[in-house]
Amino acid sequence: MQTGSAFSVKEPVVLHAQNVHKQFGETIILNGVSLEVHKGDLVSVIGPSGCGKSTFLRCLNFLEIPDRGRITAAGVTIDRQGGPWRRADEHMAHRLRTHVGMVFQSFNLFPHLTVLDNVLLAPRIVKRQTDTVKRDQAMALLEKVGLGRVAGRYPLSLSGGQQQRAAIARALAMNPDIMLYDEPTSALDPLVAEEVLNVMRQLDAEGMTQIVVTHDMRFARVASDTIVYMDGGHIIEAGPPDVMCVRPTDERTRRFLGALL
Amino acid sequence: MTQHSTRFFAFARHVSRWLPACLIVLALFAGSARGESHPVRWAADASADVPFTFHDLKDQTKLTGFEYDLVQELGRHMKNPLQFVQNDWDGLIPGLERGLYEMVICGIEITPEHAEGIDFSDPYYVTSERLVVRRDGSHFDTLDQLKGHIVGTLKATQAERILQNHPEIEMRTYDEETNVFLDLVNGRTDAILIDGPIAQYYGSTNPALEVVGAPIGRVAYGVAFAKGKHGALREQVNTALAAMMQDGSLHKILANWKLWSPEMAAMTGDRTTLAAEPAGWIRYTEALHSATSWKARFWRYVSFIPFLAKGAALTLLVSLCAMVLAVALGLALALIRLYGPRPLASLTSVYVEVVRGTPLLIQILFLFYGLPEFGISLGPFLAGVLGLGLNYAAYEAENYRAGLQSVAPGQMEAALALNMTHFQALRFVVVPQAFRLVMPVMTNDFISLLKDSSLVSVITLTELTQTYIRLSSTYFDYFGTGLMVGGAYLILGLPFVRLARMAEKKLAQPHTRRE
Repeated sequence: MQTGSAFSVKEPVVLHAQNVHKQFGETIILNGVSLEVHKGDLVSVIGPSGCGKSTFLRCLNFLEIPDRGRITAAGVTIDRQGGPWRRADEHMAHRLRTHVGMVFQSFNLFPHLTVLDNVLLAPRIVKRQTDTVKRDQAMALLEKVGLGRVAGRYPLSLSGGQQQRAAIARALAMNPDIMLYDEPTSALDPLVAEEVLNVMRQLDAEGMTQIVVTHDMRFARVASDTIVYMDGGHIIEAGPPDVMCVRPTDERTRRFLGALL
Repeated sequence: MTQHSTRFFAFARHVSRWLPACLIVLALFAGSARGESHPVRWAADASADVPFTFHDLKDQTKLTGFEYDLVQELGRHMKNPLQFVQNDWDGLIPGLERGLYEMVICGIEITPEHAEGIDFSDPYYVTSERLVVRRDGSHFDTLDQLKGHIVGTLKATQAERILQNHPEIEMRTYDEETNVFLDLVNGRTDAILIDGPIAQYYGSTNPALEVVGAPIGRVAYGVAFAKGKHGALREQVNTALAAMMQDGSLHKILANWKLWSPEMAAMTGDRTTLAAEPAGWIRYTEALHSATSWKARFWRYVSFIPFLAKGAALTLLVSLCAMVLAVALGLALALIRLYGPRPLASLTSVYVEVVRGTPLLIQILFLFYGLPEFGISLGPFLAGVLGLGLNYAAYEAENYRAGLQSVAPGQMEAALALNMTHFQALRFVVVPQAFRLVMPVMTNDFISLLKDSSLVSVITLTELTQTYIRLSSTYFDYFGTGLMVGGAYLILGLPFVRLARMAEKKLAQPHTRRE
């Protein structure tokens, strides 16, 4: 399953973050983070709590607006060098998000809609495809994540694992080039977490570019092409799992992994 | 925050698309309530003003009374039929000032105080104050005997001023004639000091009461005009009145109502007596005493139904329009307050605090009588709907704000991540969820609004409550009529309550349903 590494140049770079800075009030969260992700890669971002990994992920689709930095995703570039976030910037962020899907730790499914309508809502109002096409595609996606049977049910009547898979199907319905996952399995027990991880592995096999913020070291080690270790608002080091997990170069990475493995 | 303001503009674009449509609909309703051509209009409060201008007891669709007859005669002399406008007693003079009509003929007493604010014609009727007491109570003949007792009268009248000069008498003042007399009958007061015609029609017709003692003081009624505006019209009216005194037509009208007084004889120099019987007086007293049997009462109640239906229709229409406005504006205010740029957001909170912090009645009166000072003259329907709608919008805004805030922030983020715009996220994800949360509170507010719509009766709209006041005070029947009007409000409110329950049930299901 591991088809490449961060150092391979076979596939083009689809996501490029350069020198991303973000602070909340006086607290510096990101202090110049840069990352290149190649098409089809699965990148796991690990690190201690508060290291800025979730904020970094949220900066990639501008749910969090970086103070400074340049982000290119699927050909859309937003360059921020301070100053206010303007309407034109919001317009660019909107364009960028057409290529980027996101999955949240707490699922964030829309509780007032059925699972199928959750998947259909964004294509319906954003893409304006014909109803039958959308419906068939949505059902196909739900079948793919193993939820065809519960398409007519409401999210809160589903298990956590089912909800997270529904959230993945919902994001996929917009045909993204890149998928972002913010601790997708942290709210799940290991057994149902596996269902979710299996979906992500399947997507990886199909060539989807995925960036996962996770605490699940086993998944990061087995499924990732690249593991990124963040601490104190910096990327400390990044590399293929066999390098990162066996002989990390940085002392902090060694200590973090030592505590986990 | 800056990020929010850019999103806000996109949202505002959408809102601006449909909000004007609502306002246009409201304006259309208002247009129908406003007169276009301007014949000479006169106003009175015909809700219970016996024997001045009132609804005939035997035929509620007809107006009658000595002033009503006098105006018809006046119209004939002026060769210009005069158009009647109903207004609440308290609004009669303000309505004159804002040009809703040119004259008020409603037993307005010519006093120096009144003459400061309005112009008067020559007096068309002169009478005196009379005392009314209970037959079974202690007997009083003069004001001096009433020291230490409670005496009732109408607000802002000559009688009130007379009583103010007797500080040893405890005074009660009322808005409605019927209430003055009911309180005497029920023993809440010991006597009434009131204009002769009112004492005659309300006091002497009541078997429990009697008119006693000598006439007190002198009262003159005149036609009221807005100060300094209608000099020519006033001259016309004075000429017509003089003619009516000359040719005896005024005498005939007053005699018909058994109201020709020694004071009138003295003023006009007309010492004759007319042979014809006072038909208006007789018709009134007969009608008053005919309906005492249960059967007669029943049929009287049946005859009320068309009036109640008409009042209910207006109540419903005003309430529904106000609700639409309250929901639309309330939602806009809540969204601006939460997601709008900061200066606008603080403006909305100022709006909410000002509107919630001042009485609705004042707001309605201000819109109707106050705004014309700035050249904004709203029709009564539009003013009523705006008053209620703008007021309730403030309350709705706070409800919606609480509702919107209780929707998890992750919902907005998920929607934005799915490439929806800020507006789409609000429209399809956040607002529908907030709506479910605020539904029960909204039901509550709307039932309140339905009842608060009674306040528009102060700006000339004869809705359900105004109909109640009119019917009950005409027949001295607050009980039966009260039950009917209360029933009418319930009937109006119930479908809405049921509808809200159904909606609540239907909307609540997704969160709990399991298969």
